[in-house]
Amino acid sequence: MTDQGDEGANVSEPLDLVRLLLDEFVFVKLRGDRELKGRLCAYDSHCNLILGEVEETIYVVDEDEEDEEPRIESKKSEMLFVRGDSVVLISPHNE
Amino acid sequence: MLFFSFFKTLIDHEVTVELKNDIQIRGTLKSVDQYLNIKLENISVVQEIKYPHLSAVKNVFIRGSVVRYVHLPAAAVDVPLLEDATRREAANEARKRNEK
Repeated sequence: MTDQGDEGANVSEPLDLVRLLLDEFVFVKLRGDRELKGRLCAYDSHCNLILGEVEETIYVVDEDEEDEEPRIESKKSEMLFVRGDSVVLISPHNE
Repeated sequence: MLFFSFFKTLIDHEVTVELKNDIQIRGTLKSVDQYLNIKLENISVVQEIKYPHLSAVKNVFIRGSVVRYVHLPAAAVDVPLLEDATRREAANEARKRNEK
């Protein structure tokens, strides 16, 4: 592996990119057509997350109206734990 | 380990657990283990009309793997402490990798 010790600057693993996003606004895509935007407060190697000031977007497809556009539901939460097995991707959120 | 320790600090706080089948259960967090299995007491289901299955249930054990979210009381969460703990955990993991 790369040099030891200075873990602050060391970016050698995919999750090191997530470390650089701590305290930043992130975009998280989840299973089940869900997306989250919020401030990243914590994560671990399972991609369990804690987000603050969260906005959740759910894309709901009604079964009986197949060609309809998906309905968009939006929910807010002040602090949210997200279990890692639902996480698809984590990316910086720029607006 | 990080989230196990974190949830232990939330014991006796009110949380809302959202399951992967969309049911939301609100209750007092009574215990948690390394798999993030959760024990809640004095529960109520948020959309009781839609999900009446649990209306007679007071206390539940929830298997960690069926949890989608846990909605937390922001006042009970020390964000700077969490961020430090996360960095420490990441550094520990990196050290373990380097030792191999």
